[in-house]
Parts: sequence; C-alpha cells; structure tokens
Amino acid sequence: MIANMKVLMFGWEFPPHITGGLGTACYGLTRGLAKHNTDVIFVVPKAFGDEDTSKIRLVNASDIEIDTRESIYHDLWKRIEYMEIGSNIIPYISPEEFENRQVIEELEHRKDEKSVLGRKYEFSGKYGTNLFEEVARYALVASAVAASRDYDLIHAHDWLTYPAGIAAKKVSGKPLVVHIHATEFDRSGERVNQQVYDIEREGMMEADKVIAVSNLTRNICIERYGIPAEKIVTVHNAVEPTGKEELQAGRAVKEKIVTFLGRITYQKGPEYFVEAARKVLDRDPNVRFVMAGQGDLLNKMIKRVAKLHMSSKFHFTGFLRGEEVDRMLAMTDVFVMPSVSEPFGIVPLEAMRSNVPVVISKQSGVSEILKYALKVDFWDVNAMADAIYSLLNYKALPEMFKKYGKEEVDNLKWENAAEQVKAVYDSLFK
Amino acid sequence: MYFQVHQPYRLRTYRFFDIGADHHYYDDYQNRYLIRRIAEKCYLPANNLLLDLINKHNRKFKVSFSISGVALQQFIEYAPEVITSFQKLAATGNVEFLAETYAHSLVALKSKTEFIRQIKMQVDLINELFGQKPTAFRNTELVYSDEIGEMVNELGFKVMLAEGAKHILGWKSPNFLYNNSYQPNLKVLLRNFRLSDDIAFRFSEQSWSEWPLTAEKYVDWINAVDPKQPVVNLFMDYETFGEHQWKETGIFDFLNDLPGKAFTNSDIIFRTPSELSDLLESVGSIHVPFPASWADEERDLTAWLGNELQDEAFDTLYNLTQKVRQVQDPSIKRDWLFLQSSDHFYYMCTKWFSDGEVHKYFNPYNTPYEAFINYMNVLSDFSIRVDNWLAENPDSPEETIGKAYVNIANSIKKEAKSVENELKKKMAGKINDFNNLLEMSDKELKKVIKDIDADQIAAAIKDLGEEVEERFKKLASPKNRARLEELKNDAVDFTKKKVTEGRKAIFEQWKSFSK
Repeated sequence: MIANMKVLMFGWEFPPHITGGLGTACYGLTRGLAKHNTDVIFVVPKAFGDEDTSKIRLVNASDIEIDTRESIYHDLWKRIEYMEIGSNIIPYISPEEFENRQVIEELEHRKDEKSVLGRKYEFSGKYGTNLFEEVARYALVASAVAASRDYDLIHAHDWLTYPAGIAAKKVSGKPLVVHIHATEFDRSGERVNQQVYDIEREGMMEADKVIAVSNLTRNICIERYGIPAEKIVTVHNAVEPTGKEELQAGRAVKEKIVTFLGRITYQKGPEYFVEAARKVLDRDPNVRFVMAGQGDLLNKMIKRVAKLHMSSKFHFTGFLRGEEVDRMLAMTDVFVMPSVSEPFGIVPLEAMRSNVPVVISKQSGVSEILKYALKVDFWDVNAMADAIYSLLNYKALPEMFKKYGKEEVDNLKWENAAEQVKAVYDSLFK
Repeated sequence: MYFQVHQPYRLRTYRFFDIGADHHYYDDYQNRYLIRRIAEKCYLPANNLLLDLINKHNRKFKVSFSISGVALQQFIEYAPEVITSFQKLAATGNVEFLAETYAHSLVALKSKTEFIRQIKMQVDLINELFGQKPTAFRNTELVYSDEIGEMVNELGFKVMLAEGAKHILGWKSPNFLYNNSYQPNLKVLLRNFRLSDDIAFRFSEQSWSEWPLTAEKYVDWINAVDPKQPVVNLFMDYETFGEHQWKETGIFDFLNDLPGKAFTNSDIIFRTPSELSDLLESVGSIHVPFPASWADEERDLTAWLGNELQDEAFDTLYNLTQKVRQVQDPSIKRDWLFLQSSDHFYYMCTKWFSDGEVHKYFNPYNTPYEAFINYMNVLSDFSIRVDNWLAENPDSPEETIGKAYVNIANSIKKEAKSVENELKKKMAGKINDFNNLLEMSDKELKKVIKDIDADQIAAAIKDLGEEVEERFKKLASPKNRARLEELKNDAVDFTKKKVTEGRKAIFEQWKSFSK
C-alpha cells in the first residue's frame, strides 16, 4: 500500500465551468480524496484560471506542447484521423443546439486554424462539433503529461477522457481506473453512437478497475458492454455541502407546486410527469405543475399539456441556472424525477436539502441509497400520481421526509465516497 | 399453550383516483389465496394433529385459542372447513376459546365504548360458532396496561394474557400468576418469551446452538424451571405450525411428540387460562403503567404506532369513531371494523430500516410509505362515505337522533377539553415554539395582545412573515396598530433577546387568561 498516493486524473470539465453533473462530481471527489492523503493532478482540456485549485494541481491541456512528428505520437495521430470520420454526431446536445453551435464554431475555428497545426492545441473544452477531434487531441496531450509527471495511478472520468487514460497507461505502465458517470445508453437510449460506445468499452477493457456511480450503471456495464463483474465497483456519488443560506422564497401563488427539473429529453421521462399531472389535477385542482429545463422534447410536452387542457396549471420555465434553481426549489412542495434511466441523479438530493420531499424513479442510481423518498417505476403513471397526491394531502408523509431527508442527504459525504475510491486504488497495489 | 389465529383483510392497491368512485377496498384474490394456503399448510393439519393428541392422551392435553373475528369471517367466506375443524376441537371440551377484539384492533388505546363493542361482537361470534362464552381475555398483540386490565375486569373477565416483558417484570419471573394492580380480581398470565420463541422463532434456525430442537430436550428445559414456579405460559402465533416454520422443518413432529414426552418425562400438566386462574393464587400485582406488547426487542407499541405515518393514520381513523357510531349502513359498519386491524399500522413501521426482518416477511408492501398512502386513500373514501350517509339520513329514528346529539355534544366537549389540555401542555414546555400560539382564534388572540406593548408585539412576530404581521396588525388596538405600522416603515430590527421577551410577554398574558 502506498502511504501518500498520487493520482493523475483526467476530466473534461471542472467548476465553475461546467455543463452538467460531471464536473461537480469530479470536484467533490478530488476534495474528498485530499482528506485521505491522496494528491491529485487534474488535467482538463481547457482551464480558465478561476478554478478552485486549493486541493489539486490543475493542468491545462491547452498549454502543453507536443510535436506530432515524434514517433511515440505516431500511432495516436493515426487514430485521430480515424476518429474524425463522421464525428458530427454529438451525443451530449440536442440537434437544435448543435446547429447553433456549428455556426459559432465555424467562426471561431477560422481564427484557430493555425493552432490546430501548431505545437499547442487550443481546446474548447466544450461538447462541440469537433468533439472527437478534441478527444483524440486530448489523448495526445495526455501521453505527454503522463511521460513527464510523477504519479502512482491514472483515473479517467467518462468516455471523453478514456483515450487519454489509455494513452497515459501505455506511456507510463501505471494502472488505470475508469469512472463511469453515465453510459451511452443513459444519454441516447437505444440509439447509441457506435463510436462512443466503442471508446467506452475499450476504456473499461483497458482499465484495471472500473468505478460505476450506481448498481444500475454497474449492471449496464456488465450486460451491455460485457465487462467482467468483478472488475467493476459501485461507488455512489455524494454531495458537497452548499453552505448557502436557506432561501425563504415568497410564493406568488396559493396553490401547491410540483416540480420537474432537468433536461427535457427522453431519458428524463418528462412525458410521465405530464401524464401524472393530469391525474392529480383531476382530483385536486389546487396544484400547479412546473417543468423547468430545456431539451428536444420541450415542444412535444407543451403540445401534450395543451391537449390535456391543463396549460393554465402547468408551466414551462425554460432553462434555470444557479440562483434560479434554488428559488424554484424553495417554492416547491413536491419534486419529481421520473427518469427512464439515470446513472445517479443529483437534483433530488438538492431538493431534499432544501426540505422538499421527492418522488424518484426506481430506474435511478440515487434511489439505491435513499430511504426518505418515494420510489416508483418511471412508467407507472398511476403510482407516480398517487405519490404526488399523497405528499400534497397526507401531511405526515412530507413532514417525515422533511424531518429526516435533509439529514440523510447531509450524510452523503464526498469524504466517504472518496474513501471507497481510495480502497479501489489500494486494491491495485496489493 | 395458547395460540393466536389472525388474518387481516388485506387491502388492494387503492389509488387516490378511486376515492369517491370505488368503495371496494380489499384484495379478494390475495385474501382468498392466503387463507386457503394457510388453511392447507397450517390450520387444517395442525387442528387434526391437536384433535388426535387430545384423544390419544385421554383428554389430558389441553390448548387455547384466540381467533380474531376478521379471521373467522374470512374462514367462513373462503375456507369453511377450518371452522368445522375448530368446532371439532371445541367439542372435546379440552380447548378454551379466548375473547379479543373482533377486528384485532388497538382500539383499547382510543375508545372504551368501541373496545367494549368489539369484544362483545367477538364473544357473540365465538359463542355462536363454538358454544363457549369466553371468560379469559387476550388483547391484540398482547397489548396490556393497568388501565386496559381495568376495563377488561369491568367486562367480567377473570383472567387476561400479557407479555412477560423484561421491563415489566424486572427480576420477577413470568412463571407465576399475577393480578392487575388496580383490580386484583383480574388475574394476569405472562408469556414466557424465551421458551415460546424457542418454538416460534428459533425452531428451524440452523445457526442456533440448540438446533435441532426435540420434544425431549424441550421438556427437559421446562423441567429445569424452578419447581416453585407453577406455570409456564407458551403463547405463539398458530401459523408457527406449518406456515412460519414449514412442515419440512419437523415442526409437526415436534408438536406431535410434545405431550407424550411431557407425560412420560415430567409431571407437566396442561391447563387453559381460565382453569389456571381458578387453580392458582396470585403472587401479587403487576404494574404496567404504559402499554406493552409482545413485539420486537422493545416489547412496546412501536411496531404499530409512534412514527409520523402510523400516528396520523391511527388518529385519522379514530377521529371517525363518533360519526361511524351513528351510521346504520352495514357495509360501512363492516369496513369500519376491517380497517381497524392492527396489521395496517404494522405495515407502516419504519423500524425495519434498521432491523426486523420479521417485519418485512409479513408485509405485502415494499415500503412503509406505500402502506401509508394506500391506507390513507382508503380512509379518505371511507370518511366521505360516512359523511354522505349522515347527510342523506337526517331523519333516522328519533331515538337515534336524540342519542346522536348527546353523543356529538359529549364528544365535542371531550374533544375541546382534550385539545385545550394538549395545547396547555405544549405551551408549558415550549415557550419558544411561538407558532403554537398562532393557532388561537382571532377573538382570543385579540384579547391576549390587547394590553401588550406594540414594540413587544413587533419584536415577537419578527421573521414570521407577512401573513402573521397582517393578522396581528388587524387584531391590535388602534394605537398599537399605528405604532406597528411606524416600526415597520422604519424597518426597526429587533435583537434575539427582544424577540424572546416579546414572545414571553404574549405567552404570559395568554397563560393568565387561560387559567
């Protein structure tokens, strides 16, 4: 066992520059690891200079010089050419968004053309049209970083960084841990992007250990990717204490409020929320439903709500950020996460921390660790409606959840999750 | 030996949109299936075995049963041969049937009238089916307290069964006859939980050091009891035989061997509770101020009551007591009983989060929340039906109405009194919990704050929100109202100390009024 372990970690984003839960989780994990005598060198494609580097050393891949003519990069370079084929399928964003980005990026790209051919590569660190190129480039940089630093093992977060992790392992011979925050099946349902799937699978196969954020995800790795079960360890995510003052939001309406908050995409199950809303309203008109978020199913949802004649009680807010999310939660009476497939799901924890009782789908990783939550199958609209109705009408239930839920969430500490990750590290040196 | 026989009417999945639309609450298929299954695995073979044993041992072997009314009702409905086989046992004269509450309810904790009514129903049913008028009483889940014992004595029973819980007995042994601490006429028999659970829970546990348990070994253990202690009370669920402990574990062989071994290897004799109460002298009174039961490590009520869900469901149910009493509709009356079975509250227990595999095993719901939601949905519908019936039948016979009025008046008085006491109690303990005071009526609050300084009022209601502020402003004297307005406009901030002082002042004032 190594007393003071050094980890070379590859991530795609780091707070405050994040688009989803991935960056937040990486941040929490590195802070947790610091409490267990583990130093982290964290590599991101693009650093902005305002990241919290109190507990880590942050390496900006955009600063690293490499010479593609050198022979060690030769194989990798061929890979990039291969990966660029058909790379305009972007898994993380919707088609509408994609179109917008293309225009912007084309403009930006003209400026950057030189740097692409140069020794440094200016990463966008986003999920843009040239994502595959960036992923491959990032791997190239990773091997340069891997050759020049001192560390005991490599840890890579999600598929974007797996080529980097594999490259680093090839260069250094150090063990590799890959961390699955979401699989391609969670993002795209059954219409998986084969390239992404292949990278994910290769990452897990090349890794010495795989960490999954829930048993649900672990099972997907076993069943869909054919990864040996004994290689995969589940470590549930945790939450960082916010330190924020509790918001006492003045509520503008007298009705109770039931909230959906998340991307309005197939995977998040918004249509089940809509159907359940109709059933609740049939019985109890004293409720308003809110769907907060953006996504490719938004228009369809708006149409469905109109068809069900409840537009006056069902509201769409569009995308909410930071403070707006807190305010929304502060005025919410019941929070619902009806996800069809959710590797973990951090938002219900935020709701519980704001004293909001939650209904979550059994198809979410977070349901594996919560006691003070109502759990229903995402497709069981009747059960979902019943759960919502009960939380609104039988006061003992929300009271119990408020009383114990916050405490339950506060006990989900990154320090503890990091301890389990540390145990995975240690297992590689036995 | 005494066996408890009970099966609740299990509820079907009852969604909130069924409320007001569908008044059938029970999972008929599941209930029929379970009754039939348990009848075949347990009741019928076990009854046959007991009948054989009684005959084989020249009627020296005796047992007792307590069968809940809702179980009997289901036997009549789904498995009448079970009734017949109990009747055969009754005919031997060696089987005593005990009284209990018809619904297997915890009503003893809530309403004496309803408690008595349910016992009478049960006694009548036992009498009708088995030709016996019970003289011994056993409360649901062996729930016993001094007070419950007192009520039972009043009803004319001579002996009652209870749990030999350690926290009741202290150093005393359960192997004596005791009496109720208020009413010495009521004798109390206490369960020997170690020896009872050796059969009921541990019999098939292969990790148990005494496994496998034979009748011979068991009789030795009873022989080892101090001869000065005259009685060993073995109380258990009847379903132990064939259902909780499967036939394959050898449980029937054990039962088959037990009386024989007892007669050859010891001087043990078998007696029923009523016989014991005549035979033995009480060694003293047993003091049980708080209700105790036979469940779990704690031997208290926490398997059924105590968490937020259970308490709300229980209170919501029994708040209907007065109303239901006036209803003449047989289906409402029937549902009223079926909904009282203690099992419904047992399913809402949250203790199994940490322990109690037993709870999970007997529970048809995945989580206590589902049990609560389902039950509350049913109760909502039930409550609507009761109200509807009362609204549709304003002209029931005059006598009923007269009685009803008296009842309502009494209950309102009682309710008011208890609310008042409750409030006073709450107040006394929690000066800081100012919110309780806000539950006062406008009239009362107006009176209370009349002579309080506006600054103190303003301090007291700091941070309680616009609504409270408006209310106080509305109720304040004109002079105070002006001052309150002024303070608000100046955005005067009060220290924590001032807030406490203000609240205390109002609180004191309230106390002086309510004396």
